[in-house]
Amino acid sequence: MTAIVTRQLAKHYPEVRALDGVSIALEEHRIHGLLGRNGAGKTTLMQLLTGQVFATSGSMQVLGASPVENAEVLAQTCFIQESQKYPDTFRAIDVLRIAAGAYPHWDQAFADQLIDEFRLPVKRAIKKLSRGQLSAIGIVIGLASRAPITFFDEPYLGLDAVARRMFYDRLLADFSEHPRTVVLSTHHIDEVANLLEHVVILDQGRVLLDADTDELHHAAIEVSGRAADVDAFLTGREVLDRTALGALATATLTARDGDERAAREAGLDVSPVSLQALFVHLTRASAAAAAATASVSATDVANH
Amino acid sequence: MLDDSKPLFVAVAEQIEDGILDGTYAEDDPVPSTNELAAFLRINPATAGKGFNLLVDAGVLIKRRGIGMFVAPGAREALRHRRRLAFQDQFIAPLLREAAQLGISAEDLADMITKEVAR
Repeated sequence: MTAIVTRQLAKHYPEVRALDGVSIALEEHRIHGLLGRNGAGKTTLMQLLTGQVFATSGSMQVLGASPVENAEVLAQTCFIQESQKYPDTFRAIDVLRIAAGAYPHWDQAFADQLIDEFRLPVKRAIKKLSRGQLSAIGIVIGLASRAPITFFDEPYLGLDAVARRMFYDRLLADFSEHPRTVVLSTHHIDEVANLLEHVVILDQGRVLLDADTDELHHAAIEVSGRAADVDAFLTGREVLDRTALGALATATLTARDGDERAAREAGLDVSPVSLQALFVHLTRASAAAAAATASVSATDVANH
Repeated sequence: MLDDSKPLFVAVAEQIEDGILDGTYAEDDPVPSTNELAAFLRINPATAGKGFNLLVDAGVLIKRRGIGMFVAPGAREALRHRRRLAFQDQFIAPLLREAAQLGISAEDLADMITKEVAR
């Protein structure tokens, strides 16, 4: 079943099109990565899907219904925001008690275990907690709520590598035992690449890529060798990136069937492109295309 | 830990195959569950599952409902046979290509192999 569907979903603010015609379908019981640079529209999309802001146009369905002012759907949804604000007088334990009451599938024993593992001082005033400890509150809630749909928006600001790894381990283990739909937005792409089954990359409010991670493995390749050979090979192919040093060159290109073999036969070294590298190349290529369009229209204006 | 030049689920399957070839998993023995392996390798359980399914389809593993997956009888010999067939392409061809670039003759190469074996 599909957990989340959007059709031409848009959110325009006076100054910016935060989201601009996004159509995606996220299968249930999967871990989805929502990737994009700052300002790409990730948070806006999650806010729309959890009914926190209203769409300018387009439609969406979460668990088969619109999430807007829909208590039934929202009770099945947990949204861990990047910079969640809490009342000054609250302690972590107060927040966790509220969460325990709010989420129908809450598991207190699991929450207690996570509090222990993340060494969260639950009785200290929240305003005295570090950035990492604030993130840990969100992670405890996001995992222990066992919500059928869980959004993690950059859930681990300030968390060290050990704590991040613990998050991945607990997420995977709990996801295996209690399958649910997880949407994870993060800049730590290399760290999460193997956790994700499906990836959506947003750029400037639009979908730049929407694919299963298995398919991505062959979506792009990196070729390197003598610059003349590399350039000959690149002719007629879609190049995402090219760098050269002296007589040597390295290029990343979107790969079609047989490209890998053809590159080897042309005497080039071929290596796979990581999700992180693909992300960087795609967003950069997209920015370059946007700049080119902008300068073309500027020229048009100048010529008229 | 995993070969990143291949799709992840293929690398997972090959890792189980390696375990069968080196005797870690004997024939008729259980292999780890999808979730155990996913947790150990820190990968999505669905990806691990795809790797296991490759091996089930190839007859290397046998699924027993409600119990788990087991190494099929004769799996080790079958794997060895398949890997031997691939050995030429995967190892000998690149070796000869590099040797040719360096001007190492076939006789020199044979000499080097003999010396390395004796070491």
